[in-house]
Amino acid sequence: MKTIQYAFARTLPVMAGYLVLGLGFGVLLQANGYGWGWALAMSVLVYAGSMQYVAVDLLGGGASLLAAALMTLTVNARHLFYGVSMVERYRDAGPAKPYLIFALTDETYSLVCSGEVPDGVDRRRYYFFVSLLDQLYWIAGSVAGALAGRALPFDTTGIDFSMTALFLVVMTDQWRAARDHRPALVGLGVSLACLAAFGPDGFLIPAMVGITLALTLLRRALQPGPAGGSAKEGDPHAGV
Amino acid sequence: MPAFDVHAAALVAVIAAVTALLRFLPFAVFGGGRPTPRFVLYLAQVLPCAIMAMLVVYCLRGADVLGPTHALPELLAGGAVVALQWRCKNTLLSIAAGTALYMVLVQAVFV
Repeated sequence: MKTIQYAFARTLPVMAGYLVLGLGFGVLLQANGYGWGWALAMSVLVYAGSMQYVAVDLLGGGASLLAAALMTLTVNARHLFYGVSMVERYRDAGPAKPYLIFALTDETYSLVCSGEVPDGVDRRRYYFFVSLLDQLYWIAGSVAGALAGRALPFDTTGIDFSMTALFLVVMTDQWRAARDHRPALVGLGVSLACLAAFGPDGFLIPAMVGITLALTLLRRALQPGPAGGSAKEGDPHAGV
Repeated sequence: MPAFDVHAAALVAVIAAVTALLRFLPFAVFGGGRPTPRFVLYLAQVLPCAIMAMLVVYCLRGADVLGPTHALPELLAGGAVVALQWRCKNTLLSIAAGTALYMVLVQAVFV
């Protein structure tokens, strides 16, 4: 019981964020013609905030499966790095381990990787309840958004800007947290160049390839000073 | 009742599968206790910032700088989001205020 209470208290900030962001996702999805069943399915099966916002766009635009796979690969590539830094912590996680790995979002990551739990709190059950509660908040928010979207008493034109705003916020936070701004500038520069060269409908995949290539080529110049130990320190990858 | 959108369901399935793959892969590959390759650690550090910048460009790809509004709604609302986040560090406030401003601009100002 103490474990559930502790987990609940720690997830309160995430609850606020997930309910609101989930709500925004549900409204956006509904505005594109996909109702609460779709919101429920996506929040249960995909459960990745920024990717679900992007997915609304992919659904609305009738993207190809390959384009969707590549987009997911790029947007969610950071999960590889969360996983790498959680391998040790989740090594003895018990029967819930597959779910813990599936439910490792940015926010859940920030809760389970920060410090140790107090006495009387079971570590493995704490991980499980944090993961489960966070996903329940997200599901509740997104389904409520899809249901409410239809009944909103005002013109929702322009509400899709919430996705732009979300990414701008994450970018701003990353910019402040990072000592080296060149990776962000590489991303911006390559994307704008590809936009100019390939146009709005075709720039994304060249940009993904170009960014990975540019960062690989620039590795020697960008490699941070002292070797090693970067995946765990701080969290410049904060996002949703 | 419209017909079930099979392509949309396939898109959701692909997105779910690739997301799960990315989450499980590190545990499958590095679960054995081998050290993480340096190149992976390097990408872990530099890729997130670059990708987020790309996503912002992706969101704004339709903004028409030469069009009738000169992308002013995007510029003003986007600027407000960054300024608010820089000062207040309140994610929800920045998103809500920026989106509301954008909605007012496209519905009532630049019509």
